[in-house]
Amino acid sequence: MRHVIIGASFAALNAAKAILSNESDDEVVVLSKEKDAPYYRPLISYLLMGKTTEEKMRMSFPESVKIILGTEAERIDTKKKEVIASNGKRYKYDRLLISTGSRPFVPPFKGLDRVSDEIKTTFMTLEDARKLNGMLDKDKRVLIIGSGLIGLKSAEAILERVKSVDVIDLQNRILPAVLDEVSSEYLKKYLEAKGMRFHLGLSVDEFSEKSARLTDNSTLDFDILVLAVGVRANTSLFEEIGGKTGRGILIDTHSRTSIPNIYAAGDVTESMDISSMASKPIQIVPNAAFQGETAGMNMAGIEKTFENAVPMNATGFFSLHLITAGTYKGELLDLSDENGLRRFYIENDELKGFILTESAIERGGIYTSLIRDRVKLSTLDKNIFKAPLLMAFPKERREKIEKEAQ
Amino acid sequence: MKRVYINEEWCLGCHLCEYNCFLSNSKESDMVLACMGKNIKSNLHIEDSGDIHFAFNCRHCKDPICIKACISGALHKEGEVVVIDKEKCVFCGSCILVCPYGALMESESGVMQKCELCISSGGVPKCVEGCPNGALVFEER
Ligand SMILES: Cc1cc2nc3c(=O)[nH]c(=O)nc-3n(C[C@H](O)[C@H](O)[C@H](O)COP(=O)(O)OP(=O)(O)OC[C@H]3O[C@@H](n4cnc5c(N)ncnc54)[C@H](O)[C@@H]3O)c2cc1C
Ligand code: SF4
Repeated sequence: MRHVIIGASFAALNAAKAILSNESDDEVVVLSKEKDAPYYRPLISYLLMGKTTEEKMRMSFPESVKIILGTEAERIDTKKKEVIASNGKRYKYDRLLISTGSRPFVPPFKGLDRVSDEIKTTFMTLEDARKLNGMLDKDKRVLIIGSGLIGLKSAEAILERVKSVDVIDLQNRILPAVLDEVSSEYLKKYLEAKGMRFHLGLSVDEFSEKSARLTDNSTLDFDILVLAVGVRANTSLFEEIGGKTGRGILIDTHSRTSIPNIYAAGDVTESMDISSMASKPIQIVPNAAFQGETAGMNMAGIEKTFENAVPMNATGFFSLHLITAGTYKGELLDLSDENGLRRFYIENDELKGFILTESAIERGGIYTSLIRDRVKLSTLDKNIFKAPLLMAFPKERREKIEKEAQ
Repeated sequence: MKRVYINEEWCLGCHLCEYNCFLSNSKESDMVLACMGKNIKSNLHIEDSGDIHFAFNCRHCKDPICIKACISGALHKEGEVVVIDKEKCVFCGSCILVCPYGALMESESGVMQKCELCISSGGVPKCVEGCPNGALVFEER
């Protein structure tokens, strides 16, 4: 059987590994638009900080996987079961995985074309990171549009290598998709103390060559512009063949799409978040990996489902580390102290979400498992939120998770 | 595979295993030198509640989610053992976020550390070897 995968990143890697784990002689071909060999995408900010190297960032696929770089899938022919690629070739598939991820969304700002390409960039690829690296200089002023994860990680990466970093966001708080109000303010204070400047609740009315006029009529001058407003799923290939999409390709718990023999996984999809019971894009590494693995198994003919997706994020800025998961709804239990924030959201006797920072992140995965397994909190020792101890679990749950490891 | 287990009723709660773990992962050969003035970061945790003690360390899961969540490829398997390449780790915390056992910890050097069953020093894990009451065992179950 021949499997074609479009996009060579986390979802593709886990799918390829799953397909090949079944000791068949299935063939796996991966098409990648990027010229660079596969790499661990979130490391691009660490690269700019000198915490990793291009060499160490490489993502290695199983040896038998054929990866075709610099080649874009342009069209899918579902009748002939072929992918038509930019190199003029047609790739026949028995099963197809679309893991094309997402791309930066750049709103049509007035005057954006007046800002030369040499001083503006997005921050999604290794190529973007090299470009930004080439622009950095001690006397440059940087303007970043967007205070989401990508905007803030780029800000962290370059802060110490430039003169100033200003970040603007239409929302009135930073990292709005990841943090609640209190933690957002907490992080903002920390980053401001490090020297970042935030301009919130504002957007750009108009750009000129090296300056932006904001919606409050103030202006910000810059030498480098980073566009990090948000990302959009790369669904067009799939939409063209009439596949069902929302804010991403709609998939079921088997990573199947609405079209036979076509699977999708990763940033390109929209799936059910069990902490909020809403269908949404969950654009993070673990989700891409779980969905990719699920797709791969099913493509190889072995049934596997992935049923408990929840949004979660682990990230750090300088020495402030944060881990978060789930949805911030229900009743707030705030046990924050000098060791960091410990904010828990509880509803119907279940943990729905949490935010932990600094040393409070220790063993935090124990809380994530409570959300993913929808554990009834009344079955646990009440001290579980003071410290994440497995001891707080009844014997049955401890035995259950011990079994799950094997 | 062989894993580290605790016979709860035999554990004295002395925490010696945590020190032995720390020692085996430090470059020192002497316990006092290894531990002096340091915050003991062990890859196994003894949780105490009155007379009851539990030990937990990495389960070396058959299907480890930490490896899937790792943003750098630092976590991987060597045989059946989940190991970490500390050169690759950027301490993003994703593995802490997903591990249901709470098995990963920040190391002294600011990257992640975890139990590797003492594979580099061969044989029996040091925590098991040094347990004075035979409460910790390394066996197939
Ligand atoms: C700066 C940054 C920091 C991040 N930090 C974190 C983090 O700390 N933790 C976390 O969980 N997540 C993080 N993320 C998000 C994470 O990188 C994504 O969730 C993850 O990469 C998604 O993987 P994927 O397999 O869906 O595809 P992607 O990584 O999005 O890759 C898709 C690939 O498909 C290619 N492609 C698209 N269309 C085509 C086509 N038609 N033909 C051929 N190839 C195509 C693209 O060029 C791309 O290479 C970060 C992202 C960025 C940019
Ligand atoms: S902290 Fe290190 S080992 Fe853990 S997920 Fe991040 S990069 Fe991987």
